[in-house]
Amino acid sequence: MKKYENTGSKDTRSGFGAGMTELGQKNEKVVALCADLIGSLKLDEFIKNHPERFFQIGIAEANMIGIAAGLTIGGKIPFTGTFANFSTGRVYDQIRQSVAYSDKNVKICASHAGLTLGEDGATHQILEDIGLMKMLPGMTVINTCDYNQTKAATLAIADHHGPVYLRFGRPVVPNFTPENGRFEIGKAVLLNEGNDVTIIATGHLVWEALLAAEALEEKGISAEVINIHTIKPLDEEAILKSLGKTKCIVTAEEHNIIGGLGESVARVLALHHPAPQEFVAVQDSFGESGTPEQLMEKYELNHQAIEAAVERVMKRK
Amino acid sequence: MSNTQQLNDLTTQVRRDILRMVHAVNSGHPGGSLGCTEFLVVLYQNIMERKPGFDMDGIGEDLFFLSNGHISPVFYSVLARSGYFPVSELATFRLINSRLQGHPTTHEGLPGVRIASGSLGQGMSVAIGAAQAKKLNGDKHLIFSLHGDGELQEGQNWEAIMYASAKKVDNLIATIDLNGKQIDGTTDEVLNMGSIRAKFEAFDWDVLEIKEGNNIEAIIVGLTDAKSRTGKGKPVCILLHTEMGHGVDFMMHTHAWHGKAPNNDQLANALAQNAETLGDY
Repeated sequence: MKKYENTGSKDTRSGFGAGMTELGQKNEKVVALCADLIGSLKLDEFIKNHPERFFQIGIAEANMIGIAAGLTIGGKIPFTGTFANFSTGRVYDQIRQSVAYSDKNVKICASHAGLTLGEDGATHQILEDIGLMKMLPGMTVINTCDYNQTKAATLAIADHHGPVYLRFGRPVVPNFTPENGRFEIGKAVLLNEGNDVTIIATGHLVWEALLAAEALEEKGISAEVINIHTIKPLDEEAILKSLGKTKCIVTAEEHNIIGGLGESVARVLALHHPAPQEFVAVQDSFGESGTPEQLMEKYELNHQAIEAAVERVMKRK
Repeated sequence: MSNTQQLNDLTTQVRRDILRMVHAVNSGHPGGSLGCTEFLVVLYQNIMERKPGFDMDGIGEDLFFLSNGHISPVFYSVLARSGYFPVSELATFRLINSRLQGHPTTHEGLPGVRIASGSLGQGMSVAIGAAQAKKLNGDKHLIFSLHGDGELQEGQNWEAIMYASAKKVDNLIATIDLNGKQIDGTTDEVLNMGSIRAKFEAFDWDVLEIKEGNNIEAIIVGLTDAKSRTGKGKPVCILLHTEMGHGVDFMMHTHAWHGKAPNNDQLANALAQNAETLGDY
């Protein structure tokens, strides 16, 4: 089994900021918009280098989405930045009509997604955003797992024409994907090959899936680990190929069980290859205040939860 | 640039188009469409600097955004008769497989439309974004937008209105169709907004009024004045006083025809008041 090394823990939002800094130099069409959260979104460097290409909107997310849609008319590639909750649920109709239905080339970049936002509590911990965004026709939905992948995804979405939802987080997490790796939208990344079970994880749960696979190996269980960074369009081929070998699947995500990656995978299974699946996800509840580690433990979103799900699913084969 | 006779003829023909379109599918919004006919005719014929053809980015030309998308009949008719797509296509309004959806959209690729609208209150923000893109591109052309007065009840407008003045978006002329009516009654009855002028002025916009919003000469004067006020550090607002249902006597002075189509007799009556000028579609 391949071992992945944490080359130094960082927050995924800093990967976004680094990506924006690079994009600022590489692509003059790229503009950034922010709703009073420059520091949280790590946009300082972009703004310093390109003040004319930055739009401080103030605390007015609906206006931000509309302005972003308007900026595309004239050839700009707008990247909006705020917390995931205010990037999606708060502005759903603006995204639906002015961006998705209008097929505008807007990149909705969302930090502080999920429970790991931590102490601010449930008002800010959106767990429904993947579902909301994937339901919109034409919307690409990406949830990155570490600093390097978030930076690579930020660069990649600038070259993709069409609306994109890019989801990342607040906490410092292990950084283990290749530096300056190529990010292919819609392409799953096979992290570890295995024969007994397929673990499909997205976002912060990818590292936990790798930890789970190591622990499972010691128990004699060979787990295949796939990083699904793009939830829509979903790499169905990669899922089915792995399933053909392992015959069962565990999905893992920092999102509500309803509407997330797990349900997307279940649809693929139902249509093409019915097989046992277990879900590591939030069980249709809101979050609460706490440290990220405490919350991931309480809501069963860590490697222990993945291991338990693997044991359950193996019994159903 | 059209002369007064040409503008009058086009206005009457657009009115006929609106009435026939909504009658044919027994749905759509004739009231606000008829009220804004003179404005859109003048805007497209005599005010906006437009390039031939259509491309989405619209660099090097003035652009228009319709925020109150339900008045799509007047928008479609003016677009067709300004050369964006065949006039005959007006016959497909609201039909299955048409580019002329109930509310305007880019989704079917209809030339002349740059954003979907219908869910109210979003067009001001989009217009501001397009105006800021023009500034970034060094494009001196202007952005025009149209909004309903009832539409101002949507909160996103006030985010946008606050932003536009704070950021000196002075290449934007936003027009409010001040017909004083919405679905459930007069705007005063539904949600009294007080002085819309005072509100825009309080938000530091340059505000002017076109008191006779169904008078072609008054609209030319007003829009020309508005253009002269751009580039001076403030967004420009036109309060356009119109009569919902203008040009059809039984549709005026009531909110009843906001979203209701005429029956056969009513259509005949309405068309008799607007004799054919340029040829029906």
